[in-house]
Amino acid sequence: MTDAKPGLSLLVVDTLTKDYRLPRDSLFSPPHIVHALQGVSFTLDSGRSLGIVGESGSGKSTLARLVMALETPTAGTVSLLGRDLHALPANDLRAARRDFQMVFQDPYGSLDPRQRVGRIVAEPLPAVAPKERHDRVAEALDAVGLRGTDADKYPHEFSGGQRQRIAIARALITRPKLIVADEPVSALDVSVQAQVLNLLQDLRVRFGVAYLFISHDLAVVDHVCDEVAVMQHGRIVERGTPERLFTRAEHPYTQSLIAAAPQARFQ
Amino acid sequence: MNTLLDVRDLRVRLNTARGPADALRGVSFALAKGETLGIIGESGCGKSMTALALMGLLPDGAVTSGSIRFDGDELVGADDARLCALRGRRIGMIFQEPMTALNPLHTVGTQVAEPLRHHLGMNKAEARAEALRLLERVRLPQAAQRLDAYPHQLSGGQRQRVMIAAALACGPELLIADEPTTALDVSIQREILDLIAELVSERGMGLLLISHDLGVMAHTVQRVMVMYGGTVAERGPTRAVFERLAHPYTRGLFRARPQLGLSRGRPLETIAGRVPELVDMPRGCPFADRCHRVVEACREMPPAFSVGANHEARCFNMEPAP
Amino acid sequence: MRFSDRAWRHSSFVIGSLLVGLLLATAALSFVWTPHSPTDIDVPSKLQGPSAAHWLGTDSLGRDIVSLLIAGSQNSIAVGLIAVGIGMGFGVALGLLASARRGWVEELVMRFADFTFAFPALLSAIMLTAIYGPGLVTSVVAIGIFNIPVFARITRAAANGVWSRDYVLASRACGKGAWHITVAHVLPNIASGLIVQATIQFATAILAEAALSYLGLGTQPPQPSWGRMLNEAQSMMFQAPTLAIWPGLAIALSVLGLNLMGDGLRDLLDPKLARQR
Repeated sequence: MTDAKPGLSLLVVDTLTKDYRLPRDSLFSPPHIVHALQGVSFTLDSGRSLGIVGESGSGKSTLARLVMALETPTAGTVSLLGRDLHALPANDLRAARRDFQMVFQDPYGSLDPRQRVGRIVAEPLPAVAPKERHDRVAEALDAVGLRGTDADKYPHEFSGGQRQRIAIARALITRPKLIVADEPVSALDVSVQAQVLNLLQDLRVRFGVAYLFISHDLAVVDHVCDEVAVMQHGRIVERGTPERLFTRAEHPYTQSLIAAAPQARFQ
Repeated sequence: MNTLLDVRDLRVRLNTARGPADALRGVSFALAKGETLGIIGESGCGKSMTALALMGLLPDGAVTSGSIRFDGDELVGADDARLCALRGRRIGMIFQEPMTALNPLHTVGTQVAEPLRHHLGMNKAEARAEALRLLERVRLPQAAQRLDAYPHQLSGGQRQRVMIAAALACGPELLIADEPTTALDVSIQREILDLIAELVSERGMGLLLISHDLGVMAHTVQRVMVMYGGTVAERGPTRAVFERLAHPYTRGLFRARPQLGLSRGRPLETIAGRVPELVDMPRGCPFADRCHRVVEACREMPPAFSVGANHEARCFNMEPAP
Repeated sequence: MRFSDRAWRHSSFVIGSLLVGLLLATAALSFVWTPHSPTDIDVPSKLQGPSAAHWLGTDSLGRDIVSLLIAGSQNSIAVGLIAVGIGMGFGVALGLLASARRGWVEELVMRFADFTFAFPALLSAIMLTAIYGPGLVTSVVAIGIFNIPVFARITRAAANGVWSRDYVLASRACGKGAWHITVAHVLPNIASGLIVQATIQFATAILAEAALSYLGLGTQPPQPSWGRMLNEAQSMMFQAPTLAIWPGLAIALSVLGLNLMGDGLRDLLDPKLARQR
């Protein structure tokens, strides 16, 4: 998994490190440093999905932001299709963004309440003719199970599950090769969650998009991902297929996570 | 009489932006001392509304009818003074978000001591000593130092322990826990649930646990009530309900969950459609529009049919045994 | 409920809007008609009480009070609009800049705001008057300058709230820069708060103009002004005590109307409150 095949791998993350400085206690004490990520490395191939499992403080959200080039790393590289994202000049990075998009956890906060759905979904598109924009928005909405007429409505007219679909439509519209999904179903009810998970799987098959799927829910990750990496304190402590990991976990932290997961089955 | 809580035909009507809507449509259940009951359902099913109705904390403009008897006393229509005397003293409540439920400007010790001083009339020193004892009982690490700490200095799990200590301070007979572990990490969830179960059994309290998580229910409560659209769809011993899955909604809920090791590779079974707004709920069975087993009779609200010992479901056309 | 439905049920908003509407209508009217010319001095008719010819009587120089009130409204509205316009134009821009750039730019803008706050409108007006001479323009500029830090502060605070939202992060993930995000996302989401503040600042501006005119630093004669009417009434305190009532009432009702309308708007535009009923 860690062998870099530069021609084949879609995403190569190499010893990614990120430190944050916190405000100091007093003028004379040194500032606190939080080591959010400590040398994380992995690769993700086209069309595959990698699950990142961890609790709060594990660094998974920081990882998402660094892969999306929304923050700069302290050390290490993120390479998409062979190009180091953080070394790209601003214009090239902007152009490259159509290959990787993100879906956020909160369906209520990730859509601008003052914009119509059509405008929200079209945001990642580069400048195109209005007719083409309209068509591509309709296509994206259709792909996620919504109607073209929904483009004229506002986010508050939709339920949580539908809003998450809108967010997914926005992430899809540029036909990206990679979607980073940060807890995309955690804020949804069980029955709605199932619908959105099915949708994500379906889109993977149809469009061949790769997922970096971040979640704290082991069952969700087990269901959706080809491979899983477990994070603790900014490091990947174990990695493998869901079958192997969830039945024969080797690292004690992984074992404790599995043991703690509430199961609705009676022995 | 061993019945601690007896709820009969509880109905709550709210004022929504689109007119009046029934949030609870005839909820009935009973809870005995020392018994644990879970209410499970998704957003809008009425589970939190039930808890708020029990505590008399419904929003302004809500109209309540039916009966809530707590140890024989009728709570529906009771005046605020009587309800205030009950809250914190005989009925304790734990909420989902410890950060917003705790006052960020008061120390932990003060907040745990508050019900002691208010309801039991303890003086400052007595209350502080009792607060320390409570914090140690909920296994808050370094309890003595933490008495003077502020909520933001504690982690999520620690804050939840403080909330539990404050809720139990006056030795209530009933504990209502509304999604107490949803905002916590998985490993802490297990500890908190075990703590709650331990305290409840130790003090012979009744526990009403509200959650959307089937796993949490299976782990913690003896009996469970599945709610949908403001009604109780199915009710019975937890194991029986989760194994029989009689009501189509209960079965749909179960089947929709990804399960470790079981659902890989197959699409999840989903429930068609989505939860309608309160004002749009169908007459009769609220699940009728989404149910794959709907029949003509479902236009009337089904009565509760027996499924097993102490186990009933409100359905004219229940799922066959799996 | 739709905005117009809720608006008509909100008593503060309705009363406030009526008063403000009355003020605007009066000013509009003054351009085409007043009962008499407000500058007509008719000393023999001075200090008369209400009559058929002069509905509210005359002042110490025989001018018709009603005409003075109507014409004076022009001043108040002009000052209100221009001063708030200056304040909003520069203040909102500075606030948005501070919020988008953060770091030392934000510090600089906020310290500039603090600095300007140290000079109340009156002091600034007196200083400017000493340099440029008294008049309407000077007072408008002074009040306008004082409005800038007010808008800069609330804009920055509200904008900071928007920058931390996920939809802004999503926009950045699409490659949008600070300018696009500010215009497309930040501004529309803070606009309602700014509108409410603008109505309140309008009221403050009218009061400030009246105060300056009262001190003789604002509008100069013969241009009518409510503030100067108050000053003139003061010297007539024992001969005609009622002279002060009319301009005072005009100022009070205008300020009240704007404040009520602002309060009402705040309730009506707040999305959380809007969803409750």
